[in-house]
Amino acid sequence: MTLTADTGIGALGDPSGPGPAQLPPIPDGAVMVTVTIQRFNPELDEAPHRESYRIPALPTDRILNLLHYIKWYIDGTLTFRRSCAHGICGSDAMRINGRNRLACKVLVKDVITDKKTEVTVEPIKGLPLEKDLLVDMEPFFEAYRKVQPFLITHSNEPSREWIQSPEDRARFDDTTKCILCAACTTSCPVYWSEDAYVGPAAIVNAHRFIFDSRDQGGQERLEILSDAEGVWRCRTTFNCTDACPRGIEVTKAIQEVKRALMFRRI
Amino acid sequence: MSQSTALPGPGPVAVPPPRRGSVYRGVEGMWSWVAHRITGVLTFFFLFAHVLDTSLVRVSPDTYDRIIETYKNPFVNLLEVGLVGAVLFHALNGIRVTLIDFWSKGTRLQRPMLWVVLAVWVVLMVPGVYFMLQHTVRVMFGGAA
Ligand code: SF4
Ligand code: FES
Repeated sequence: MTLTADTGIGALGDPSGPGPAQLPPIPDGAVMVTVTIQRFNPELDEAPHRESYRIPALPTDRILNLLHYIKWYIDGTLTFRRSCAHGICGSDAMRINGRNRLACKVLVKDVITDKKTEVTVEPIKGLPLEKDLLVDMEPFFEAYRKVQPFLITHSNEPSREWIQSPEDRARFDDTTKCILCAACTTSCPVYWSEDAYVGPAAIVNAHRFIFDSRDQGGQERLEILSDAEGVWRCRTTFNCTDACPRGIEVTKAIQEVKRALMFRRI
Repeated sequence: MSQSTALPGPGPVAVPPPRRGSVYRGVEGMWSWVAHRITGVLTFFFLFAHVLDTSLVRVSPDTYDRIIETYKNPFVNLLEVGLVGAVLFHALNGIRVTLIDFWSKGTRLQRPMLWVVLAVWVVLMVPGVYFMLQHTVRVMFGGAA
């Protein structure tokens, strides 16, 4: 028994849905999910508004699949970023049910229950909204570049390999995993209000080099991070640690940088 | 009829009202930070009023006595309970925040530490409220409390 488009698929409150022929077959085990998305078209709308779509989804689908379904079969103007769809490019951080997540890493079954088959998707906060779920990432990358996220050496290059012990490597292992998705930075209450704050992601990437035994630019980076917009803005709310899709202990990294500054010890 | 139980048929579903910038569903740490701020500001305003009324004693001990007399009513008594609650939370959470800052294990244990803060707060507030309100309750409702 296959369902047709008569099941009410489409934009809610907009009966002029697409014809049944356009819709793909609904797989076995699918459930109807109501997806509420914050929409904003800068050419038409004065302010963002919400729109809901009722679409079929498998419990094992990712939220990204829901967005694709809406974009491909209901409203082609829905705008969002994604590239890899496998949690490694960092393009699709968005607010899913109120918390920053990657749309390609959250499964439908994680957000719905037997009683509640709804999911809300909003753009990340604190960065300029461009359209629908798309924000301008430039302020985020500007803060990232500020901490000089590259290896700095002043001495001569070693003639052979640059040896690093496993212990020294482990010191900054956690912060090498960052994919620059901005989920942490845009979950930070301080970042929302003080746009000058460099934000968790920049500090994570500074941490990655400050605690690298081969790097010699640690003091310069600590200098940058100790000014008014640096690590001292952090209020340890732990929203960033919760948001990070790579499981990086973001607040811990920030605290380590703070302590390195306080005790002048790396 | 096998699938349609899971798939409700067509029909209008209420469209949620438009909202601008909804609240971020932060983790416990964010809400404890919000509470820390609020209790801090409340305590500050109390101290402000307290410095004013106490300095009255230098202006005129008589006026001071009269002002203090107005504090002896059930409403101010409730405010006192609120003040103790605010100061206590601010102090206990302050210890937690300090540990997060200076103790290398602090960031990993912040959540259990928050539960400890709340538990200690409740344990101290229950007898605290009892003794603080004892007098008021006796005055208001008689009884041999
Ligand atoms: S630290 Fe985590 S949340 Fe922040 S940008 Fe990197 S991967 Fe994303
Ligand atoms: S699309 Fe690449 S991380 Fe989600």
